[in-house]
Amino acid sequence: MSDEYDNNKSYQAQSSEVLDGSAGSINPDMDYVRPAEIPEQDLYHAHSFIEKWIFCQDAKVIGVQYFLTAVFTGIVGLILSWLMRLQLGFPELAGFMTAEHYYQFVTMHGMIMVVYFLTALFLGGFGNYLIPLMVGARDMVFPYVNMLSFWMFFVAVAVLMASFFVPGGPTGAGWTLYPPQTILEGTPGSGMGILLMLISLSLFVIGFTMGGLNYMITILQARTRGMTLMRMPLTVWGIFTATVLAMLAFPALLVSAIMMTLDKVLQTSFFMPTILKAGEVLEYGGGSPILFQHLFWFFGHPEVYIVALPAFGIVSDLISVHARKNIFGYRMMVWAIVGIGGLSFFVWAHHMYVSGMNPWFGFFFATTTLIIAVPTAMKVYNWILTLWRGNIRINTVMLWCLGFIVTFVNGGITGIFLGNVSVDVPLSDTYFVIAHFHMVMGIAPLMVIMGAVYHWFPLVAGKMLHEGLGKWHFWITFLGAYSIYFPMHYLGFIGVPRRYFEMYDSPYMTSAVGMNEFISIAAFIVGAAQFILVFNIIKTLKTGKKAEQNPWKANSLEWYTSTVPPEHGNFGERLPVVHRWPYDFSVPGAKDDFIPQTTAPSEVANTEVEKT
Amino acid sequence: MHAGIIFLLVIVGSVLFHIFTPWYWTDIASNWGGMDSTITLTFWVGGGVFVAVCLFMVYCVFRYSHKEDRRAEYKPEDKKLEKILTWATTLGVAALLAPGLIIWNQYVNVPKNALEVDVMAWQWGWQYRLPGADGKLGTTQVRNIADNNPFGINPDDPFGKDDIMIESDVINLENNRPVKILLRSVDVLHNWYVPQFRSKMDAVPGTVTFYWFEPNKVGEYEVLCAEYCGVGHYAMRGGVEVQDKADYEVWLSEQETFQQLSARYEKLNVDGNKLAKK
Repeated sequence: MSDEYDNNKSYQAQSSEVLDGSAGSINPDMDYVRPAEIPEQDLYHAHSFIEKWIFCQDAKVIGVQYFLTAVFTGIVGLILSWLMRLQLGFPELAGFMTAEHYYQFVTMHGMIMVVYFLTALFLGGFGNYLIPLMVGARDMVFPYVNMLSFWMFFVAVAVLMASFFVPGGPTGAGWTLYPPQTILEGTPGSGMGILLMLISLSLFVIGFTMGGLNYMITILQARTRGMTLMRMPLTVWGIFTATVLAMLAFPALLVSAIMMTLDKVLQTSFFMPTILKAGEVLEYGGGSPILFQHLFWFFGHPEVYIVALPAFGIVSDLISVHARKNIFGYRMMVWAIVGIGGLSFFVWAHHMYVSGMNPWFGFFFATTTLIIAVPTAMKVYNWILTLWRGNIRINTVMLWCLGFIVTFVNGGITGIFLGNVSVDVPLSDTYFVIAHFHMVMGIAPLMVIMGAVYHWFPLVAGKMLHEGLGKWHFWITFLGAYSIYFPMHYLGFIGVPRRYFEMYDSPYMTSAVGMNEFISIAAFIVGAAQFILVFNIIKTLKTGKKAEQNPWKANSLEWYTSTVPPEHGNFGERLPVVHRWPYDFSVPGAKDDFIPQTTAPSEVANTEVEKT
Repeated sequence: MHAGIIFLLVIVGSVLFHIFTPWYWTDIASNWGGMDSTITLTFWVGGGVFVAVCLFMVYCVFRYSHKEDRRAEYKPEDKKLEKILTWATTLGVAALLAPGLIIWNQYVNVPKNALEVDVMAWQWGWQYRLPGADGKLGTTQVRNIADNNPFGINPDDPFGKDDIMIESDVINLENNRPVKILLRSVDVLHNWYVPQFRSKMDAVPGTVTFYWFEPNKVGEYEVLCAEYCGVGHYAMRGGVEVQDKADYEVWLSEQETFQQLSARYEKLNVDGNKLAKK
């Protein structure tokens, strides 16, 4: 729908001033689309293997490179979580693990999963692959910078992984890296480990800025003819808004990383007050540990939405396509994405209710945090209202979407507990928090990633993933993950604090031993189940069924490329021209139950389509 | 079909788990029952929304699963429905926020008669200081900390002389008397947390933070550090013993003041010097 959309008027005809000669249809007037304003982009075509697959400028290849690198870090993060769960559930089997190791695993698991896995996967992976295809561009607007972006990310990952092998090991400061402990002895990896972490984060931010500028400018400037902002798939809206957030939030991370590096290397005192350590007063004084927390969460909270918004967008498209129904309340969905993005910069200190900041902040941040629940709830309603009166294919993709709705609503509700300042007091720093954020920004986005993999794999590889294996993968992952994190909330009610290497024998903690064992076993199974997907992908690439073009009967442009998988340049001779939003499913009067975005109004003249 | 059934079982299972869980909060031993009530309220409202949304989803899966000969409805928007949902959600959220803010207001306003307790944290342990007969704690500085001044009290602060020092990780509190916990740390972040009291706050080096509660159940409680503070974090435990007034007074009278401690150290010094001269 466009801005001037009239609620009661279904499409009749459209007046026009200028003829579009290319339309060649029965009634060219009604098919008018404004001509292009700028000439087409020149593409640099690869001449060798290295240019085609390694230092490549094609956004699709870069997307796959981002995806594979992020998945590699994700597997490392997964193995670390197994080790942590081994210690928590079966400490007698984890004799090799010291408290130092445990805290290093906790830290690296958190940082890898949030930054190097989820952020890179959604924006670097899906963003690169889908943005040009979905907005009808031949490539990103700055392909060379795009290539640099990936290689900067690659170096950042290499530096991060190198920290496992330096003296003292990787940092064990917790992923939040709160000073002063982060750079003091007493925390594992407070030497080389933390330095490499800070360097790696800085490289990540630099690389990400290169990619982010590309995503934003491509979406704003390189859309094809007829692709108005309000005709973009919600996937693009989600990635776009997340990128804007990232551009504004990551600088806060970068400056705090630089300041902390200076505190560590040059003994400056940005975050370091007077400190007494082993009877000696250190050479620090006057700094503020809470300042770091403000900077960190000014980045860290938008970061949550940097992961969540692309997931919101993607899941909207998947649900709409597989329910064969238009997304309900498209404009509300767009404004909710933008609104959530904007509000996310005013809620950061809800991570700091008990940090010792001025307690009066609590009133402000509790209010802003609960306000953000309203647009988020609207999105949930619109997803389930899209299912309502749909014609729902219960395939693997849809299962992941349904799993997303359950886990996201569950995690969103517990967010209302933690955002409501005085409720947060007993629950903060307990397992309730762990359960909440894993449910809402771990499992829920992961469900979307998996759904997206099954959905777009036929486009990327030209072959269909095996449905049966996909369903097994889904049910083990969903049921397993739910039974990890749902009971975990109750550990938090008991009061079990997070980041405890060992619980000892306090009475209320020993009652949780059984649950810890159960959670650990579930975690081992869920982790192992992910290799079903790896197997499925390898098997499909070797022997899988060839995919027809547009196997899901979707409307958005990525399915209407000249070849499948799309080649460099995406759309063959002519760029597509867009006449409608991507959600014209089951339109009354239409022959098929979908009308592609490229279909001109005159081709479906007898339908009751609403003007978009 | 069975997809809908499994999702339904997950929802029913969640509700049953909540009803029959053996794991729930510890018996409260402070005045912060309001926090528990707000949690319970949030559980009813939030849990209700969760169940409603998921059941609606399951209904759609049963009712509208794919049939070749059927078409989905084509209805891009429903302004009225969207408006109703927005306002209903806003109301629900406000209803949860209000009690939360009311209790926070109590949390940040400490009663006048609260006993101030200085809780000093380091890697990895606790010690405590109570005001003496003058009812006021002396000012402190990290640089003053030494064997003969374990709390770093400023030697020329008259309020500090009669401060009562408890060089132990266990502190006794009087039942039904509000305490204002003044937190400080000499090295990194810590957090003095007793699950049964519900309340907590970080100790931050370089500043003094506070919170308050009123213990209302005699007994012994374990203190946990609730802010990650390095490799000994999990072992940084302490204790609280809540006593009736009479028992508490007895315990209090047995503790040493700063003056007494200084005198003891001076005597040690003098004796040491004498020994050295001999």
